[in-house]
Amino acid sequence: MARSRRTKSGNDVQQVAANGLLDRRALLSTGVLFAGAAAATGVTGIASAAAEPLAVEPWSKSIGVPPPPYATPSPRAQMARTVSDTSRPGTMQARTPHHRLDGMITPAGLHFVVARAGAPDIDPEKHKLLIHGMVKQPLIFTLNDLMRYPMESHIRFIECGGNSAPLWSKTPIQANVQALHGLLSCSEWTGVRLSTLLEEAGVDPRATWMIAEGADGITMQRSIPIAKAMDDAMIVFYQNGEPVMPWNGYPMRLLLPGYEGNMNVKWLRRLKLTDMPVMAINESRQYTLLLDSGKAWRFYYPQEVKSFITRPSPGMQMPSPGYYEISGVAYSGHGRVSKVEVSADGGKSWGLAAMQGPVLPKALTRFRMGWNWNGQPVVLQSRATDEGGNVQPTRYKLIAERGEPRGTPPVIAFPMEHVNCISSWAVDAKGAVSHVYA
Amino acid sequence: MSMLKTIIFAAAISCTAGAAFAADTPKFGKPITDADASAWDISVFPDGTGLPAGSGTPAQGAVIYAQKCASCHGDKGQGGVSPRLFGGQGTLKAPTQEVLTVGSYWPYATMVFDFVRRAMPWNAPKSLTNDEVYATVAYILSLNGIIKDTDVLNKDTIMKVQMPNRDGFIDLYPSKF
Repeated sequence: MARSRRTKSGNDVQQVAANGLLDRRALLSTGVLFAGAAAATGVTGIASAAAEPLAVEPWSKSIGVPPPPYATPSPRAQMARTVSDTSRPGTMQARTPHHRLDGMITPAGLHFVVARAGAPDIDPEKHKLLIHGMVKQPLIFTLNDLMRYPMESHIRFIECGGNSAPLWSKTPIQANVQALHGLLSCSEWTGVRLSTLLEEAGVDPRATWMIAEGADGITMQRSIPIAKAMDDAMIVFYQNGEPVMPWNGYPMRLLLPGYEGNMNVKWLRRLKLTDMPVMAINESRQYTLLLDSGKAWRFYYPQEVKSFITRPSPGMQMPSPGYYEISGVAYSGHGRVSKVEVSADGGKSWGLAAMQGPVLPKALTRFRMGWNWNGQPVVLQSRATDEGGNVQPTRYKLIAERGEPRGTPPVIAFPMEHVNCISSWAVDAKGAVSHVYA
Repeated sequence: MSMLKTIIFAAAISCTAGAAFAADTPKFGKPITDADASAWDISVFPDGTGLPAGSGTPAQGAVIYAQKCASCHGDKGQGGVSPRLFGGQGTLKAPTQEVLTVGSYWPYATMVFDFVRRAMPWNAPKSLTNDEVYATVAYILSLNGIIKDTDVLNKDTIMKVQMPNRDGFIDLYPSKF
């Protein structure tokens, strides 16, 4: 740990915001950082405590497990999605354990899932894509046809429009970051540009919408503006280098970078060009935002700039005062993240966090900030700004726009969509981390 | 990742993207007629486009509902493990706890037809005939008092249905996004 590496000069690292947040430049030079950290806290005694004599453990004296054809993380790492009750009709959910991950990529097996009828067992030899409606020539493509087009790879996040909805509760729901923000994942997606295929069919210039539909049991559909379809939309076959997971759309899904997850239609089978939206249940009932006035916002597409701290986060226990790295993820459906700030005093003072490259548009950006916790209660927050100048709002600002939450629903309910406000994690004097409103 | 690696990574991405535009793309799409595509062309639009022939009444729908819907949506649409299907009018304004149902919230009757036909019943989607879908939708609308028990629902009469929350939405695209 940091304290054991205390070194000579202790004056180079400056506190950049209240309650022990450290200058991000310190991260570039660990020696200086740890020196500063130790100096700031004045923690000295623990660092020099004598180590225990080393033992030779049983795993060093036996043969291990041979590699299986497909490996999963060690059970000791406790890598698991939280999964909703899938025995009942309705939406099946699985949430990404951000509190156990680092970096920017979500392992495919931990990608979030919202599926209303489970993953269909699609035979890739029989899967087809229909492009029709307002086109010069309706076309049908086999999966094998599609996979012969020039491919591209892009790292992009997908976030459910209802992610972070638990923050839309009268009182702070005590749950971990997986439950609160787990309907968000980031992958390297590989596939073909949608515009290539639409141009082949010949889009009627009067077409303004594209209805995208899946091949699953409920055959879910969404209306997508044609401008987005012709911009950066893709049909993707690979997720982090391997075939897209069944629950994420195998054998192929639509990718609409930055747009709400539900529009990135999984198990894609059909694209119909039209001059009006279809008003599907998923766009004119679900994924709408009911306001105080009784009117509701509809067609709220981009996942707006957002960040949250994954470590420390609710449910964790900090063992003692001293040096910690605050770490989290930031992202924007509008482009790149330009800045992440961290506060340890509930938003009164802010320090600039280090952003770990590559900082890509519409992808997760990992941020890090050195912190000397002095053992006093604090409230940690992060605030992201994107390259368009959009700043992550406070919860109170969102409430001012939309009205007070009307109840305290269960975690898996969706009382509000597009909740991108700042999250607040309280650390008490005993080091316990909890979810608060601040 | 080092700065050098970042640059190489970025260059690789842009080269790949460039190649896709530079090369003549293949044309593997096979022409298909609307007739041959009809089995998949099930979207029903709010202007009635896509509505099939057929008809049904609330009384016919009540029988289908009891057999195939009530186990999840409850007796007479009152809700169960799946949402209730009627009521909630007058709950949309704050601070009332909103109750969002077909009657209180859904803006178009065509939405109900489209969704029931493609996705219901949950354990056997697309098993209902068009007549059965019209009948089931008629029953749900009658539970909400939106049509009369004696009305017949078909592709013409469904377009005359006035949903209470038809004008309840503010579209952020294209005005905001």
